[in-house]
Amino acid sequence: MDYMLNEDLLGLKEICTEIGDKYILPIRAELDEENKFPREIMNVIAQSDLFTIYIPEEYGGTEMGSLALAVATEELSRYCGGVAVSYAANALGAMPIILMGSEEQKKKYLPQLASGEKLCAFALTESEAGSDAGGVKTRAIKDGDSYILNGTKQWITNGGEAQIYTVIALTDPERGARGASAFIVEEGTPGFSYGKKEDKMGIRASATRELIFEDCRIPAENLISREGFGFMVAMKTLDNSRPGVAAQAVGIAQGALDEALKYAEQRKQFGVKINSFQGLQFMLADMGTQIEAARALTYAAAGLIDSGSKNFNKVSAMAKVFASDVAMKVTVDAVQILGGYGYMKEYPVEKMMRDAKITQIYEGTNQIQRSVIAKAMIKEAKRK
Amino acid sequence: MKFVVAVKQVPDTAEVRIDPERGTLIRDGVPSIMNPFDTYALEEAMKWRDELGGTVTVVTMGPPQAEAVLREALSMGADDAILVSDRAFAGADTWATSHTLAATVAQLGDVDAVFFGKQAIDGDTAQTGPSVAASLDWPQITFIGKVRELSKQSIIAERYVETGTQVVQSELPVVLTILKDANVPRIASLRGKMKSRKAKIPVWGLVDLGLTEDETGLNGSPTKVVSTATPEARTGGSIHQGSTEELVVKLADLLLGEGSEV
Repeated sequence: MDYMLNEDLLGLKEICTEIGDKYILPIRAELDEENKFPREIMNVIAQSDLFTIYIPEEYGGTEMGSLALAVATEELSRYCGGVAVSYAANALGAMPIILMGSEEQKKKYLPQLASGEKLCAFALTESEAGSDAGGVKTRAIKDGDSYILNGTKQWITNGGEAQIYTVIALTDPERGARGASAFIVEEGTPGFSYGKKEDKMGIRASATRELIFEDCRIPAENLISREGFGFMVAMKTLDNSRPGVAAQAVGIAQGALDEALKYAEQRKQFGVKINSFQGLQFMLADMGTQIEAARALTYAAAGLIDSGSKNFNKVSAMAKVFASDVAMKVTVDAVQILGGYGYMKEYPVEKMMRDAKITQIYEGTNQIQRSVIAKAMIKEAKRK
Repeated sequence: MKFVVAVKQVPDTAEVRIDPERGTLIRDGVPSIMNPFDTYALEEAMKWRDELGGTVTVVTMGPPQAEAVLREALSMGADDAILVSDRAFAGADTWATSHTLAATVAQLGDVDAVFFGKQAIDGDTAQTGPSVAASLDWPQITFIGKVRELSKQSIIAERYVETGTQVVQSELPVVLTILKDANVPRIASLRGKMKSRKAKIPVWGLVDLGLTEDETGLNGSPTKVVSTATPEARTGGSIHQGSTEELVVKLADLLLGEGSEV
């Protein structure tokens, strides 16, 4: 389907396709097998200016917006969900600075993130704080003109690979979520180290790691916005990034459908191509239809953010839920279409199925998203 | 440094078929691309520009639609582009083409090096680069697999030839033809694409280059294509079995004719 993307967006998509064909496709199985971070691909992504698209022009970006980020993430995900999230997590990490950072913070950090000279990560999750972000235990205590951080962040995408981290920690534990604040922590700060690197089911090219803070002293000017605004920074960041997860899901699903279509054209049983069987045709038709619907909703959510609307929380949650459920279903069906071959690692669809699963879980599980959607709908209905 | 890269728009030969009756290429629906070998020439020029400073000007001679390969080169990082195009240039052979390109390089002035791909995938002559060097009366280094050193004064490059590697030093200005061993061409950048879309590409014709109709295009071409033919498709060989004696006789029959004496 033609979404009337403008020439800049089409050009962006072409670049991602070229990166996918030349750099991702030849090594995606190896990255998956060896749990290996795609450093070289990140360098190519940097050279192609892809890290600029979500950063304002005055700080070295091209400021192309959410739809651009969705288009790029989707296209990279068509090749590898793990590589794509390693890219997109940079946008997530930079978002607190872009949305709420001071002029000095923006000037200092955004240009080096736009150029890809440094990678970035967002650190909210802890062992006891997932969907309930209020359960964060990491402390930040003010001491003169610094803050001292203590605690452990868990499952941080780009952990150990990024040089700049935006971290949520409690400055006032009495006040729960309202006592949380956001900070910028640079790699190499004394007291900041990396813990366990996770061995995951899918998106194995991406790095997922613990961040450990032990009396880690950071300058007070690294506080983003004000004390107590950390939870708001986190929620705004996630609302903005959610179409990115949806786009990742659409891309993974599209990649699986492409493989299924290719295989069904080549594979013969009973003397004919298997795509001539109606049972299989119905599966393909449903997969294609669901993907198109997910894409339309994702682009609509991203477009709404770009329009400057403040009221996109519901639609962005809807896009995330719908697209990730579609990705799971479509990838399972793709494995089914490839049959025994689909179950083998020699073919890429089993990896796509493993990669798809995380999109239903991270950046807010689909259950918590449905709560967000329902609450927004109920609130809207009351206003009428 | 002032570098020029000569590129050519060619049909994507991976998708070209031959009309068996006429013996000509079926160009309908075949995408046009930048000659793949030229992408290595472009990368090599840009690599040295990035190191030494200066500009890379990309030049192509062709019909108006050849501008597409210039925009592609700009999106990959070339600084500017010139389309060499005129009705009078049509039908040029490699001599007339080289003569016209040499005039373009001369017109640009102060050029330090002209980079070519080793050959174009449509004509496959590998003559245009060397012929431009001859026309300019510049030294040339062809089939470069690696540029070892490059400075304002001189170049040291490795030529990959059938018998091995030749290390050649030359003064500048120089004409170079580049092999794919030399580098991995970068992919286009977002800013490059935005710039290339807006770029105004000058068109230089006969008058701009101070040439006459006698020395360009079909008129200026000493060679003429008399005819083209498609080679017959190969057919499979045959397999014979038997004792050595039987097979020797069989082979002699096949090579020398039935019943011949061995």
